[in-house]
Amino acid sequence: MTVGVLALQGAFREHEEMLHRMGVATRQVRLPRDLAEVDRLIIPGGESTTIGKLLVMYELLTPLRERILAGMPVWGTCAGAILMARRIVDGRPDQPALNVMDIEARRNAFGSQLDSFEAEVDVTDIDHPFHTVFIRAPILEKPGEQCRVLATLPDGRIVAARQAHMLATSFHPELTNDSSIHELFLSF
Amino acid sequence: MAMEKSTWTTKAGLAQMLKGGVIMDVIDEEQAKIAEEAGAVAVMALERVPADIRKQGGVARMSDPELIIRIKESVTIPVMAKARIGHFVEAQVLEALGIDYIDESEVLTPADEEFHIDKHRFKIPFVNGCKNIGEALRRVAEGAAMLRTKGEAGTGNVVEAVRHARTVFGEVRRLQAMSEDELYSAAKNLQAPYDLVKYVAQHGRLPVVNFAAGGIATPSDAALMMQLGVDGVFVGSGIFKSGDPMRRAKAIVQATTHYQDPAIIAEVSKNLGEAMVGIEISKLPQDQLLANRGW
Repeated sequence: MTVGVLALQGAFREHEEMLHRMGVATRQVRLPRDLAEVDRLIIPGGESTTIGKLLVMYELLTPLRERILAGMPVWGTCAGAILMARRIVDGRPDQPALNVMDIEARRNAFGSQLDSFEAEVDVTDIDHPFHTVFIRAPILEKPGEQCRVLATLPDGRIVAARQAHMLATSFHPELTNDSSIHELFLSF
Repeated sequence: MAMEKSTWTTKAGLAQMLKGGVIMDVIDEEQAKIAEEAGAVAVMALERVPADIRKQGGVARMSDPELIIRIKESVTIPVMAKARIGHFVEAQVLEALGIDYIDESEVLTPADEEFHIDKHRFKIPFVNGCKNIGEALRRVAEGAAMLRTKGEAGTGNVVEAVRHARTVFGEVRRLQAMSEDELYSAAKNLQAPYDLVKYVAQHGRLPVVNFAAGGIATPSDAALMMQLGVDGVFVGSGIFKSGDPMRRAKAIVQATTHYQDPAIIAEVSKNLGEAMVGIEISKLPQDQLLANRGW
């Protein structure tokens, strides 16, 4: 199994390093031809506007969307989660998106960098509190019927959700030493 | 649930999210929107780009907070702004504005010729310039959560950026080859904390993200810096002092992502219009070299 990591911009190396420590082979995906070589894909944190534009420029948006709709497991962290949402709130009006998951994403939902934070959060299917890192993070809202909420903050705001073979997290497990969410994704 | 804000992980982490991207200097909302539309990962809000600071002379200070706020409100991507070296009150003001990153920058006139800002005291993260690994690690020790090689800002000439990146990465490789006892002596010679020197030797890289800056003007310049090993690029005067800023900005963004793909770099480099006029750095008087500010 080869796990693709979308490498247009952002923290793709951190995901690769985590997967390598777990003994999993990875491949950086920048062009449509790379996509054919991977079995599943992680869309990393970064700037969702930048990644979205590069997806369009290199004609990756449509083939990637088709692969996901055909059942390829995909996991978006932060910017990746924004790109997967059916609607982006507080984004640029023309911001390109994959629109594959039945949930909305609110960009920069906590404020500026001064409001970035770390916290212990309970995640469904993970047997211990997960140490989360939120960086200018989005929150997830209005999940559809097919979408299962995996984690919320104490005030009820959604920060992780799953829909069949698709996983979205507002936070960054790749910035921690805890591989349990990576393991969860590999089990899809 | 305890929420811990402004931790080291969140400070250094934002820089990790900017990797593989281009941070562009902008002087108004219109330029900021062009930068965001072109795919910039962040903008640096300032009153004058380095090329104009160089031309106009005088003391260069932090930008007008009103300008910074207007730029912040015009984009959704992170906003950075510059404080003078050692000017911790300018940094306090920028933190109060709620922007995302402060550049303690040699492009502005230094306010203190002995001490840099104690960056650990701030909630907001800082990026600092470096010419070599000793300088880089001294800045990290003071709390910098991101680095950039200095290059020579406002020249449109990449030669100093190359020199500083080659110096830093060459020193990383030399440290990696050293034995434990040699590292103590290396730390002394580099005038850098031993634990940071040891970190670099063990991991083969700097403890924080390191971008290139100072003189990048073309897509090939950006890809050159990426191939030398930096994590992303700052483009200052190179975009908005060129003939067609939107086109050039988009091209530099693409060349930074596809830095290992010469066919793509060739394609995006076509018909970009006029590049900014460059300056031969050896013709600049010694006292006009910005990279020599900071130590």
